[in-house]
Amino acid sequence: MQGCRVVSEVSLSREETARLAELARLSLNDEELARIAHDLTEIIDYMEKLAGIDRAHVRPMSHVLDTVNAYRDDCAEPSLSQEEALANAPDRQGQFFRVPRIIDAGEAGEA
Amino acid sequence: MTDRNDYEVVVGIEVHVELATESKVFCGCKTAFGAAPNTQVCPVCLGMPGALPVLNRRALEYTIRAGLALNCSIAGWTKFDRKNYFYPDLAKGYQVSQYDIPIAHDGYIDIEVDGQPKRIRVRRVHLEEETAKLVHAGDDIISANQSLLDFNRSGIGLIEIVSDADMRSADEARAYLTKLRSILVAIGVSDCKMEEGSMRCEANVSVMPRDSKEFGTLVELKNIASFRAVHRAIQYESTRQIDLVRSGGRVSRETRHWDDVRGETAFMRSKEQAADYRYFPEPDLMPLEIAPEWVEEIRGGLPELPDARAARYVSEFGLPASDAALIAESRELASFFEGVCDALAKAGAGAGVGAGAVDRAEGAREAAKWLVGDVSAALKASGIELSQSKLAPGQLAELIGLVASGKISGRIAKSVFEEVFASGKRPGDVVRERGLVQISDAGELAAIVQRVIEANPGPVADYFAGKEKALTFLVGQIMKETRGRANPQETNRILREELAKRA
Amino acid sequence: MSGNADATLCDMTLHELHDMLLSGQVSSREITSDVLARIDEVEASVGAYVTRDRETALKGADAADEVIARARRDRDTGAIGALVGIPVVLKDNVCTRGMRTTCCSKMLEDFIPTYDAAVTARLREAGAVIVGKGNMDEFAMGSTTQTSVFHVTRNPWDLERVPGGSSGGCAAAVAAGEAVASIGTDTGGSIRQPASFCGVVGLKPTYGRVSRYGVVAFASSLDTVGPITRDVRDCAIMLKAIAGRDGRDSTSAPDAVPDYSSCVERGVQGLRIGIPEQFFGPGMTDGVRTAVERALRALEDAGADIVEVSLPLAEHALAVYYLVATAEASSNMARLDGIRYGYRPEGRGGMDVADLMSASRGQGFGMEVKRRIMLGTFVLSSGNFDAFYGRALRSRRLLAEDVRRALTECDCLVSPTAPTVAFRFDEEPDDPLAMYLQDIYTTLANLAGVPAISVPCGLADGMPVGLQIMGRMFDEATLIRAGRAVELTSGMDAARPKVGGCAK
Repeated sequence: MQGCRVVSEVSLSREETARLAELARLSLNDEELARIAHDLTEIIDYMEKLAGIDRAHVRPMSHVLDTVNAYRDDCAEPSLSQEEALANAPDRQGQFFRVPRIIDAGEAGEA
Repeated sequence: MTDRNDYEVVVGIEVHVELATESKVFCGCKTAFGAAPNTQVCPVCLGMPGALPVLNRRALEYTIRAGLALNCSIAGWTKFDRKNYFYPDLAKGYQVSQYDIPIAHDGYIDIEVDGQPKRIRVRRVHLEEETAKLVHAGDDIISANQSLLDFNRSGIGLIEIVSDADMRSADEARAYLTKLRSILVAIGVSDCKMEEGSMRCEANVSVMPRDSKEFGTLVELKNIASFRAVHRAIQYESTRQIDLVRSGGRVSRETRHWDDVRGETAFMRSKEQAADYRYFPEPDLMPLEIAPEWVEEIRGGLPELPDARAARYVSEFGLPASDAALIAESRELASFFEGVCDALAKAGAGAGVGAGAVDRAEGAREAAKWLVGDVSAALKASGIELSQSKLAPGQLAELIGLVASGKISGRIAKSVFEEVFASGKRPGDVVRERGLVQISDAGELAAIVQRVIEANPGPVADYFAGKEKALTFLVGQIMKETRGRANPQETNRILREELAKRA
Repeated sequence: MSGNADATLCDMTLHELHDMLLSGQVSSREITSDVLARIDEVEASVGAYVTRDRETALKGADAADEVIARARRDRDTGAIGALVGIPVVLKDNVCTRGMRTTCCSKMLEDFIPTYDAAVTARLREAGAVIVGKGNMDEFAMGSTTQTSVFHVTRNPWDLERVPGGSSGGCAAAVAAGEAVASIGTDTGGSIRQPASFCGVVGLKPTYGRVSRYGVVAFASSLDTVGPITRDVRDCAIMLKAIAGRDGRDSTSAPDAVPDYSSCVERGVQGLRIGIPEQFFGPGMTDGVRTAVERALRALEDAGADIVEVSLPLAEHALAVYYLVATAEASSNMARLDGIRYGYRPEGRGGMDVADLMSASRGQGFGMEVKRRIMLGTFVLSSGNFDAFYGRALRSRRLLAEDVRRALTECDCLVSPTAPTVAFRFDEEPDDPLAMYLQDIYTTLANLAGVPAISVPCGLADGMPVGLQIMGRMFDEATLIRAGRAVELTSGMDAARPKVGGCAK
């Protein structure tokens, strides 16, 4: 799928770790960033062992069962009530969930 | 200094269409438009902890149907993938979509622009889910300091149709979209209403020197809310890019927002850094094996598509190609047209041969002329759809019959049509009430013609002096006297005869 | 706080209590009250529970008593299901409608689901009495229950030792008599390892055997839901109640559910027990080895054949597991963004939504959860995908095929459940990698999707040792037969935890 990276060359810098944190929407303080950068590097090195058994022709296993075609019929089922839907909302305005300012016009229209 | 015409624009179009299934693609919530906010939601489409998706078989069927109607190949084996990103309208923080194995691929749509046919390739058609609806306080997302979320739309089935970059003008893009929409509506997978958001499109625009082999840098255009906007946006953007390149600038890889009010595109964000969606196969959904038998069953169930229907109109009725294409493209018009033809056939059968019976093909051509001409004009003027009008196929058939039998002239028919359209009255009734039956009897006409000749010595003399225009004047006088009821051909003939007698 | 030699109700097995209920010897209210009394007595020391609802539990018990009374009147006690009136505890990642479900995280501290998980619904339908929710490692990420945001759970056998994890609360509750049975989840060993540490039975069913709907996802292709019970018969009963296809879970298997209870006493005559050489190397402590080898000899004496097999790829299981699990987890956790539910920090004025999400997640999640999300994000990210995730998925197939091949050479694979007995709180490794090595025997079953059970097989230094038995897909019946045979000779009958106590 995407480009390949030689595993043995991996060691995570603070900058890369910060970029990952942004991608994962996780705010981390400096101490956490440093700790995670170190932990990840160690864990990733450990996983290098897999290079020994990896074979390109092997089909990736995303599911352990070989079921296919799990469908349902196109029938409407009861929905939650509006109150149930909003019951756990941290911030709500009337019938809606409310969120603050959105800076990035984002994927609007993409999906 | 180069000329704008030394460049050409290259356009690819991406369309998202909401599926008209009863329930959402991965849960049983209703999909109906216009319900009170957050009342058509459940743990699945709200992304609650522990909720899991289950595929709606009809959504898969509709996707296959769309793929077949667009001449695609259908995958024998396929799967869903997760597209991971964060946005408030994305309940799970990922969208269930398809990455590398779309359900349908490598199809095409045939369009025609200025009489020139062209084939636009469809790269892929895949199935995914809708996001929630964001309502912004204030005018737009940029200025709003808060936004409201309605998840009714979240989880509705969506098919994404991606074309190849085969279009070379705004006209071609619009023709592609028009044809695509008519196909999707014809096969019943969506109502494709851009104003309701059930059809959305994005255009990818680049420019390059004419005859170049290398495409220019792509700009993605968003916020295009109508076919007219597509046209305007592509024209604006292609001009912007060409001017930029001509003046030595470089087009940046970016996303731009179309402002329909100001008629321009504005920078939205850079695409130099591609978003990292971390696609991976969706573990909560099992893969799909699409049986060839099922595909053939779906193919067999496809209704007649616009191109095939237009071709049939040409071969069966001898309709001019442009009329055939226009009528075939709209399910409404096509159905109405065929209704008129049926009514004419019935009337013909009832009346017996010769007694006002209209030849089948001739009648069809007349019907087409009316639909493409007066009917379309009347609909446009009143701003309504054919289904909302008072006009019924039987009435148009009756009107055509009245003209064909000589009961009224073509000119009178137009006036009768206006009243029929406005009131819903039967044409026969209108003709009777207004005493509009055509005068075709030679004797009656001769008497009137003679009267007019007597009353207009001057024009008569002009006619003999060689002024053809005088004839028109005399015909006009006859029409005035008969309030337009005189049969034009007969009137002309008899007038010339009478004048010749006096020569 | 005593180990009770005369078994009190709360220490009895589910099946014994069921018989007593049917005969009218005891009521569900009495059983439930006894369990509640035990909780009052030991909870301050053990800390197995996160949420308890005394009133609802007693109401449930009374309702069960009415059903039983009616059946006895109509002489139709055969219609009373095995779970009617039995107090159970559910791990706190299993959604319970109207009852707080927190995954022991600040992120879901106040989350009250408006829906039941499929297993919750089945237990309710079966007449079980839900007493409350069990403590766990935050979002099931851990092996000691210490990452719970609320409090630690202590091992009833020795309160200075961990109960294991992530289903530590449930295992401790069952061991201490604070519930008769429980439901946990197992993604890499989280039912089996705490069961082993707490001296109770824990079953990880075949993937897809039990519906995951309503169970907060950790790793979608690895997560399973299963029982933690006092003995193997109880385990068979609980499994029967919760297994079977569920239309709300696409990964739920359509395979028929056998009558597991009828397998319990079948014995192991002629059963081929596979001993993978890779699992009997230097990794385990002597105490564990002694207990396990004794159990194997007992199985042989009972008529089983011990067969040596090889799992050459077993050493890679841990790496593959962490790559797959963290990748899926990083995606599954994305829905926890504080928008529709969940934690939102105070004093957030002026933050835009992206910053707010980051703050909610940064503050709502503990360190281990954040670490795994970061690792998973790394594994899936552009440029790393093929070398990490792609490699992991290919390796997973190789490992799964290895296990399935070994299971053609024998009927089940046996090993210790964990390399050690429960360790002391002050002994536990600081290093995440060393912590991950606890899962060395258990992760293979999750990767291959096969079922595995942990059955107490003896003591070492006074602490329980668990024997793991892994079987073929959908062959829980063999695990139950073999587990029962181990149970019969384990000598665990006389052993008692320091706090509470198990009876057989």
